[in-house]
Amino acid sequence: MARAVTPRRKAVNTALAWAVGLILFFPILWTILTSFKTEAQAIADPPIFLFFDWTLENYAIVQERSDYMRFLWNSIIIAGCSTLLGVAIGVPAAWSMAFVPSKRTKDILLWMLSTKMLPAVGVLYPIYILFIQLGLLDSRVGLTVVIMLINLPIIIWMLYTYFKEIPGEILEAARMDGAGLREELIHVLTPMAIPGIASTVLLNVILAWNEAFWTLNLTAVDAAPLTAFIASYSSPEGLFFAKLSAASTMAIAPILILGWFSQKQLVRGLTFGAVK
Amino acid sequence: MATRHSRSAARLMMAPAVVLLLGWMLVPLTMTLWFSFRKYLPLRGGDLGFVGFENYGRFLSSSSFWPAVQTTLVIVGGVLIVSVVLGILLALLLDQPIWGQGVVRILVIAPFFVMPTVSALVWKNMFMDPVNGILAHLWRFFGAEPVQWLSQASIPSIIMIVSWQWLPFATLILLTAIQSLDSEQLEAAEMDGAPPLKRFAYIILPHLARAITIVILIQTIFLLSIFAEIFVTTGGAFGTRTLTYLIFQRVLENQNVGLGSAGGVYAIILANIVALFLMRIVGRNLDA
Repeated sequence: MARAVTPRRKAVNTALAWAVGLILFFPILWTILTSFKTEAQAIADPPIFLFFDWTLENYAIVQERSDYMRFLWNSIIIAGCSTLLGVAIGVPAAWSMAFVPSKRTKDILLWMLSTKMLPAVGVLYPIYILFIQLGLLDSRVGLTVVIMLINLPIIIWMLYTYFKEIPGEILEAARMDGAGLREELIHVLTPMAIPGIASTVLLNVILAWNEAFWTLNLTAVDAAPLTAFIASYSSPEGLFFAKLSAASTMAIAPILILGWFSQKQLVRGLTFGAVK
Repeated sequence: MATRHSRSAARLMMAPAVVLLLGWMLVPLTMTLWFSFRKYLPLRGGDLGFVGFENYGRFLSSSSFWPAVQTTLVIVGGVLIVSVVLGILLALLLDQPIWGQGVVRILVIAPFFVMPTVSALVWKNMFMDPVNGILAHLWRFFGAEPVQWLSQASIPSIIMIVSWQWLPFATLILLTAIQSLDSEQLEAAEMDGAPPLKRFAYIILPHLARAITIVILIQTIFLLSIFAEIFVTTGGAFGTRTLTYLIFQRVLENQNVGLGSAGGVYAIILANIVALFLMRIVGRNLDA
C-alpha cells in the first residue's frame, strides 16, 4: 500500500526506520567489530567503536584452542544431511498430497503439523535413553535423524504450499500431448517445483543450523556442532570478549548470509502457509 | 484426474513420511507416559516399580512447580507483548516509503538468524556484564549505577534477549500482512477525513487481527520451550527456571525420570492446548 507522501515525511520516516534498524542490528555489528579487537580494546572504557588496531589474532586463537573447524564441519554435516534427507522424504509426500488429494489429506497435513508442536523436553528422556541404547549419543547420524524429524513437518508443509500453486491444467495439457508419467515429472513438474524446493532447503538449513535443544542435550565432543561450541564459552572464556566475538561471528556468519536470501520463505515456512 | 492407480502410488509416496512421523511421535510419547507412572531413578536404584499417579501429584505439589509456571507465564507473556506491540509499530514504519528500505529490512530481520546460544552469550557478556558490558558503560555515562542484569533483573533480562530474537519474526509476518491490505480502502478513509489513529484502529488493526493471532500462537509454542537462552545465561538460577527448564533438570540433572516424565506430560498437554487453536486457524486456511 505504498502511497505518495511528502519528501519531509519520507525523510522523517527514513531516519526513524534506520535508527530502529541500526539499534536492532547493533548487537550483531558490535560482535563482529569486537572480534577484530585485542582483549584490552574489547573492554576499553569508553568503548572503542571503529578506531582500534584491527587484528585477526582472535580467529587464529579460537581455531587453535578449540578446533573450530571440527564444530563447523559437524554443523555443516548435520544441517546439510538432515535437510537433504528431509527433502528426499518430504517431496514425494507433499507431491502426492498436492496433486492426488483425498478426503484425508487435510487431516494428515494437520496431524503432521501437530507432531511439530510436541514439546521437546517432554520426550527428552526417552530419546536420550534410546540414543544410549542404540549407541547414537554424541553421533552425527543420530543428531541428523532427530533434526530431520523435528523439521520434517515444516518441510512437507512448505513444499505442499508451493506445489499447490502449480496449476493442474498444465499437467492435463502435457498428458493430452501424450506425455507419460516420466516425461511429465522430468519436463513439466520438476522445473516448476525447483524454486519451491530451493526455498524449503534454504529455510531448513537455517533452522537446523540454529537448533539448540537437541544439539545441546545429545552431544558431548564428537558430534557437537557450533551451537554447543558456543555454549562451551559460557564460562569462563565468555569473559574474553574478543575471542567470544570471533567464535560467535564464525558461528553466525554463514547463516546470516543465507538468511538474507530467505526473508520471503521465512514467512511462508514458519506460518505453515497461513500468511503469504 | 485421480485414478485408482495414482491413488495407490500417492499412498506409497506418503508412506515414509507418515511412518517416520508416527514413530517419532508414538515411541517417545509412550515411553514418557510409561516412565511417568514409575519410580525411576537411573542412578539410585533404577526402576523401582509402578507408583500410579504419585509422580503427577508430587510434580504439582513440589515447591518449584508454581514458581516455574509463574516464570514461564511471565517470560512468554512478556516476550509476546514486546514483540507484538513493537512488531506492529515497526511493520507500520517499514511499510512507509523510505530510502534504503531493503537494507533496513535486512537489519531488522538479522537477529532472527543468530543461533540462540550466540545471542544469549553475546547479550549476557558483552551487553549485560555489570562491569564491562555496553549497558554498564551506558549507565555509567549517565551517572547511574550499573545494573546486575542477570542476577538482579533476571526475568526482564531474559525477556529482553528473547524479544530481540523474536521481534524480527513478528515484524516480518505483520509487514507481509500489512502489505496485502487494499490501499484504496485507506485512501478512501483518508479522503473522508479519518485521522491516522482512527484509520489504524478501524482499518489496519482489524485487517491484521488474523496475522497477530498467528504470530501469538506460533511464538507461544516456541517460547514455551525456550531452553538455550536460559541454559547459557543463568542456568535456571535467579528465578528464571521455566517449566521446560524444571523438567530438564528433573530428568537429566537430578536423574529423577519418573517425576520429570510426569512434568513432561503436563508440558505436552499445555502445548497441545495452544496447538489446538493454531491448528484450527491453519486448517480453516487450507479450506480457503
